[in-house]
Amino acid sequence: MTVINVFVPCDSSAIAVGADRIAQAISAQAQQRGIPIQLIRNGSRGMFWLEPLVEVETAQGRIAYGPVDVADVASLFEAGFLNGNPHALHLGVTEQIPFLKNQERLTFMRVGITDPLSLPDYLAHEGYAGLERALGMSAAQVVQEVLDSGLRGRGGAAFPTGIKWKTVLNTESAVKYIVCNADEGDSGTFSDRMVMENDPFMLIEGMTIAAVAVGATQGYIYVRSEYPHAIAALNKAIDIAYENGYLGNQLRGSAQSFNLEVRKGAGSYVCGEETALLESLEGKRGIVRAKPPLPAIQGLFGQPTVINNVISLAAVPLILARGAAFYRDVGMGRSRGTLPIQLAGNIKHGGLVEKAFGVTLRELLVDYGGGTASGRPIRAVQVGGPLGAYMPESQFDTPLDYEAFAAIGATVGHGGIVVFDDTVDMARQARYAMEFCAIESCGKCTPCRIGSTRGVEAIDKIIGNQERPQQIHLLRDLCDVMVNGSLCAMGSMTPNPVLSALNHFPGDFT
Amino acid sequence: MTDFSVTEQGDIAAIIVHRKSMPGAMLPILHAIQDRIGYIPADVIPLIAEQLNVSRAEVHGVVSYYHFFRQHPSGKHTVQICRAEACQANGGNALAEHASSTLGCEFHATTADGQFTLEPVYCLGQCGCAPAMMIGDELHARMSPQKFDRLIAAKRGTP
Repeated sequence: MTVINVFVPCDSSAIAVGADRIAQAISAQAQQRGIPIQLIRNGSRGMFWLEPLVEVETAQGRIAYGPVDVADVASLFEAGFLNGNPHALHLGVTEQIPFLKNQERLTFMRVGITDPLSLPDYLAHEGYAGLERALGMSAAQVVQEVLDSGLRGRGGAAFPTGIKWKTVLNTESAVKYIVCNADEGDSGTFSDRMVMENDPFMLIEGMTIAAVAVGATQGYIYVRSEYPHAIAALNKAIDIAYENGYLGNQLRGSAQSFNLEVRKGAGSYVCGEETALLESLEGKRGIVRAKPPLPAIQGLFGQPTVINNVISLAAVPLILARGAAFYRDVGMGRSRGTLPIQLAGNIKHGGLVEKAFGVTLRELLVDYGGGTASGRPIRAVQVGGPLGAYMPESQFDTPLDYEAFAAIGATVGHGGIVVFDDTVDMARQARYAMEFCAIESCGKCTPCRIGSTRGVEAIDKIIGNQERPQQIHLLRDLCDVMVNGSLCAMGSMTPNPVLSALNHFPGDFT
Repeated sequence: MTDFSVTEQGDIAAIIVHRKSMPGAMLPILHAIQDRIGYIPADVIPLIAEQLNVSRAEVHGVVSYYHFFRQHPSGKHTVQICRAEACQANGGNALAEHASSTLGCEFHATTADGQFTLEPVYCLGQCGCAPAMMIGDELHARMSPQKFDRLIAAKRGTP
C-alpha cells in the first residue's frame, strides 16, 4: 500500500482555528483504520477563511478540503478523501481555487507547498539558488543586482533596498550588521509572520545574501513578542542552517561567514521604526533616533547596518536566483515586482494575495476578498496599518502603486488592507488612531507625545458636540503640527487616518 | 530579596551571568527572568544594573517602557485580547466588552480570584481570522463571545 501524503498547515492562523487538533484527529483515524499516511505540516496557502485547510496528494495534484472541523474528520475518511473523493468540504485541486490561481506568487511561491522546516524541500524548490549565485559574484555585483531589480523597502517607507545596501558596502568598517525588522506591528498585516513561520529559510537566505553584498558577518532578526510561533520556527530553521553549513563560518566552502540570531521584542509598536528597533536591540528603551546619521552609516552599536523588512529580504533570494530583470519586469511605474497584500478585518475571504503592483483595490476587495464577511456594503478600508489613510469607495479604483497612493494622501505601507462595513463609526476610528499613538508614542518628540493625547481630547469633544467647529479647526491644526514636527512616522503619519476619516466621512463627525 | 524563593534567586543570578556578555543583553535577560518567574521584580533591577554596568534607572526605564514586561505577578492565566483595527472591524470591540464583563475585571487588571489577568494586545497577526486572542501561549482566532466563554471555562481552576 502506498503511503499517502496529507497536509495540515502549521501556520499560527491555522493553529488558532484548530489545525493541531485536526492533525491529531487525522493521524488517529488513519491509525485506527490501518491506513498508512504521511502527515506533513506544511505552511498555509494563505486562504484563511478555508483554514484549517487539509490537502491530500493525488494523481490529479493536491486536493483541498476545508474549513475542516474535528467533527468532519471521520466523514472525510468515510468519503475517501485520501483518494481526493467528493465531500461537502471538497474544494478541488488547490491550485485551481481562483483566489490562489490568479495570484502572481514570487516571494510566496513555496508558502503552503513545502514543509517550512524541511531543508530538502527548500532546496528542491529553488532554495539557496540565489545564495549560490551570489557567492560566485563580487559584493558590488550583488548590490547592483538588487539595485537593478527596483526592489523598494516593503516595510512601508519604500526606500530602494539596493541604495541602502550600496551605502553600507561603501562605508568602511571592520564590523557591519544585517538586521531584519520583523516587528510587524501594523494591524491587518501578517505577511512577515507568514514568511517566518512558513518559509523561514527564505528569510535566512535573503539575510545571508545581504551579508555577502555588504561584507557583514553578524545578523539579527528582531521579532515582536506577539509572534511566538514565528520565533520558534526561525530558531529551528537557524539551527538546521548551521548544521548544514548555510550559516556559520565559510558558508558552502566560501570565505564568507555569517552568524544569525533571533531577538525578541517586548510589545512596543514604535520599535518597528528602524532606529527605535536598533536602540531596542542594543538593550535600551525603543526610542527613535534623529537621522542623520543613517543606520547604513552608523546603525547597530554605531556600525554600518543594513536594516530591512522581512518581505524586502525575502524577495532577494529569487532576484539573485533568476536575475534582476525577472523581478523588475513586473509591476507598474516605479513600483517594481510584487507585493504580498493582506486582506483583513471584515472580509469574506481574508488572506494573502501576492500580486504585481498595479492591481486595484476594487479587484482585491471584490474579486479576491469577496466583499465583507458580514455581507453588508464596504464603507471604508484602511490600507497600510494604523498610520494609513481610511479610503472611501470612490477611491477603490486606485492601483496599488506607491506613487498613485501618495498622490491621494494614502499609503501602501506594508500592504495590509483592513475592511470595515457600513456599521463603522469613522469618528471612533479617528479617535482610536490618536489613542493608539498616545499609547505607543516613544515620547521623544512633543508633537507625537502630547499631540496624540490632545487629539483624543479634541475628538472626544467633537463626538460630544462641544464647540464642534472650533474643535475640528483645532484638530486640523494639531494634525498639521504632528505631520510637520514629529521625529518619525509614528507622529507624522497618525494624522493620515484621522484626517482621511474627517475628510471622507464628515457626516460621522456631526 | 523577599518576593521570590531561594531557588528563583539562584536562577535569576544564573540567567544574568549567562547572558551578560551578549551584545545588547538587556532584553534577553529580562525575557528570561519573566519566562522563569512571570514578572520582573523590583529587587532584581539592581542585580541587572550591576552586572551590565548601567544605572538602576536605565534598567527600570527599560522594564517600564515595554508593554510586555510586567512589574507585578499576573493571574494564573493571561488573557490577551486584540484591540487593533482588523479585530475592531470584525467584532473585536464586542469581544473585549464581553471579556471584561464576564471576567468581572477591567483591562490591565486581574480577577478577584487571581485566575485571569486581562490585557489588551495590539495585533497578533491573525487579521485574516479576526477577532483574535491568546490565553497563556494558546492562540485563538475567529472568536465569538460564546467561544470565549468555553475557553475560559476550560481554563478556570487549571494551573
